[in-house]
Amino acid sequence: MKLDVNGQAREVEADPEMPLLWVLRDLLGLTGTKYGCGEALCGACTVHLDGNAVRSCVTPVRRAAGKKIVTIEGLSPRGDHPLQQAWAELGVPQCGFCQAGQIMSAAALLAASPKPTDEEIDRSLAGNLCRCGTYVRIRAAVRKAAGV
Amino acid sequence: MRPRLARLVRFASLALFTACSGPAPGPAAAPRPSAPPAPAAPDKLLPPSAFASIEPPAARSQALFAEASRVLLHARCVNCHPPDDSPRQGDAHAFHDPPAVRGPADRGVPAMQCGSCHQDQNLPYARVPGAPDWHLAPVEMAWLGRSSAQICAQLSDPRRNGQKTLAQIQHHLAHDALVGWGWGPGHGRSAPPGSQVELGALFQAWIDTGAVCPAGEEKRP
Repeated sequence: MKLDVNGQAREVEADPEMPLLWVLRDLLGLTGTKYGCGEALCGACTVHLDGNAVRSCVTPVRRAAGKKIVTIEGLSPRGDHPLQQAWAELGVPQCGFCQAGQIMSAAALLAASPKPTDEEIDRSLAGNLCRCGTYVRIRAAVRKAAGV
Repeated sequence: MRPRLARLVRFASLALFTACSGPAPGPAAAPRPSAPPAPAAPDKLLPPSAFASIEPPAARSQALFAEASRVLLHARCVNCHPPDDSPRQGDAHAFHDPPAVRGPADRGVPAMQCGSCHQDQNLPYARVPGAPDWHLAPVEMAWLGRSSAQICAQLSDPRRNGQKTLAQIQHHLAHDALVGWGWGPGHGRSAPPGSQVELGALFQAWIDTGAVCPAGEEKRP
């Protein structure tokens, strides 16, 4: 199966029903995307398909064929996406396990709504859990990246 | 009066009496039954033929809709027809977890779109339900918390049914893949009674009998 991952053409041998997360982590070695719950309940595995945020733990890889897959490794060439900069400047992560998913969801939000309200931020990130409770800093970083 | 003439007069009198008084009364004709048929089993739907004896046709039409509404009022249907911005889940209509919202096109918001998690089919390993184009019904088509009479009124009103004809609604109920998911919801979820084909037949029979809505709310088991 041919995939477009972070702008690179990749070919994998995988069952079409294999979760995309398995392909990314186990077959392609892209371990920045995390496994959290495996049931689309925590958001740790969020990646982009053609710019839309999806939970890769429940997305069959067949759905990704022909689409542009972007993971946290491919969000920006040097890891300097405005969200990543804001994350570092505000010291958002605590344990950090959920942050890749948080940032990928926030990036999808900013792409659709460059100047989001707090309500929009809360609604779009409602599916990304942080067990360290850094939600206040997450929202602040999204606002900082958006310049609002 | 000569005998032949007398017989003629008697015959004419009898013929006149018969013509004026109509046919001789026979045994009283049994009235056509109008009582509804016995209820179907909880997981079954009665076919349209079960309602054929109900008179008048308006009462038959109402009975047909009441039977169809056993599906329309089921949790698998109303959970995605909420009156607010929150889809529901489970037979108790709990708020969706994680807290998804309707969004401007009934398909969620950025990063929390319906399709962020729901696929084109159920995922047994993750218990996530799925069907093609998973989304909420528009808010003007809200069914959750409403009676079958209220739902019927909505379905019959183009302003509240997406400007659809009844034939288009029948096609949606009978053929739409997301509607059909209700009978194969996966992971131990309860299914509405009958089948999608049977629902389509009931709804068509309701249309064919005048599409008369229930006058009020009937008791539900």
